[in-house]
Amino acid sequence: MVSPLIEIEHLVKQFGAVTAVNDVSLSIRQGESLGLVGESGSGKTTLARMVIRLIEPTSGKINYPGVSDIRRECQIVFQDPQTSLNPRIKVGEAIGEPLLIHALLPKSAIPLRVKELLDMVKLPAEYAGRYPHELSGGERQRIGIARALASRPKFLILDEPVSALDVSIQVDVLRLLRSLRDELKLTYLFIAHDLSVIGFICDRVAVMKQGELLELADKAELFAAPKMPYTRKLLASTLAF
Amino acid sequence: MLKNRLAKFGLAVLLLFFLTAVFAPVIAPYDPDEIVASDTLAPSLSHLFGTDDLGRDIFSRAVYGARISLTVGFVAVTISVLIGTLLGALAGYFSGWTDGVIMRFVDVMLAFPSIFLILAIQAMLTPNIYNVMIVIGLTSWMGVARLVRGEYLKIRELQYVEAARAIGCSHFRLIFRHMLPNAQAPIIVAATLGMAGAILTESALSFLGMGVQPPMPSWGNMLMDAQAYMRDAPWMAVIPGLLILLAVLSLYFVGEGLREALDPRKYHARS
Repeated sequence: MVSPLIEIEHLVKQFGAVTAVNDVSLSIRQGESLGLVGESGSGKTTLARMVIRLIEPTSGKINYPGVSDIRRECQIVFQDPQTSLNPRIKVGEAIGEPLLIHALLPKSAIPLRVKELLDMVKLPAEYAGRYPHELSGGERQRIGIARALASRPKFLILDEPVSALDVSIQVDVLRLLRSLRDELKLTYLFIAHDLSVIGFICDRVAVMKQGELLELADKAELFAAPKMPYTRKLLASTLAF
Repeated sequence: MLKNRLAKFGLAVLLLFFLTAVFAPVIAPYDPDEIVASDTLAPSLSHLFGTDDLGRDIFSRAVYGARISLTVGFVAVTISVLIGTLLGALAGYFSGWTDGVIMRFVDVMLAFPSIFLILAIQAMLTPNIYNVMIVIGLTSWMGVARLVRGEYLKIRELQYVEAARAIGCSHFRLIFRHMLPNAQAPIIVAATLGMAGAILTESALSFLGMGVQPPMPSWGNMLMDAQAYMRDAPWMAVIPGLLILLAVLSLYFVGEGLREALDPRKYHARS
């Protein structure tokens, strides 16, 4: 049994009268890619935000046995690369910012690391001097990935990282994410509403509906013999596509 | 299109005033305080705008007055924009009780008729040019604060702010490095319009004798000097009055032009 990186225990998040996440417990193992599926409004994103402490849970607990500095070791790539990059900050500064604020490198060494990160996401080094609006959607998402990787995190949340992209680019970005994971030995929490995307990249799959965790199983198991009717429905809709 | 032309006109006038202020010693034919005529002379070739009741050259005084009026306007608006931006940013960013305290303070400040507040403060201080700038700045930041607060409330919800939080940015860095550049367009517009207001307030104060003190010329105290001679020497009032009008109008035109040019909806349509 691999040791867990993050353990979530009875997590609840309420927004006023609405319960977005209801009593969810699961653990994320070191080195795995855990898929999180569910329709919109099922609480996936809320759960992810609690895991990296962007919002605080109403009740329940998250333990980080494998993490010492959440802000440095846990990162997130957002769904929409149009809005997740500051329009007034150049790409190079955006990627280098985590290094600057955590003082991980001396200021003079940052441009070199930015170049290295751009290379990792297969973008030319001169992109560092550009503004986000000069880039295409796929390129921008690669910038988002490079920024998330800058502080050498162990754990990455990918919040529907390809669903806002053109279908033709989706596969490229997914391949990139998969090879980065293998190369850097990253742990992923991969959120999607599309099971075929999950199938491409994940080892285990968690299914959420209306804030509750319905099912959690190995990918092969879940795809072959889903226990819950809702999972079957999700699978069926994917196959039809 | 019309607005665009007005903005260009305003910009040209402001540029002219600015250059006049900078090169005042070169442009002014006489010392502004020097008595060059024994009488109040009507405009003529030797005295373009005539001379005033003490026989000083009005053109020279107006040129030096541009220096004073523009400086007072600029410094006062800088103070008010700094205070307004800082308080508005804190209120909008933190919201909650911080917002409550700051915005109630804004309400209190707005509840005072500002001209009386300024007059009261000026009456307690020595009315010199520095106090005029500071007092105008300290009593005109509330509009900027409200505006900036609104911008911050809007920007706070955007994803790139959350992204910056996720990498561990401090509040300070979020407020000033990430959010401020995205709020700058309305601040620039407000500063331009605010400068028009500051020039008007300075003129009003100087007119009432509580602003820039003679013999230092400002457009406002030139108007004050003119009061008694409206019938015999109308140019003494008309010249500084027109200059104030032109400066304020130009600032408004430029402000409106900027507002249109920096409109976010237009901005998005182009990108």
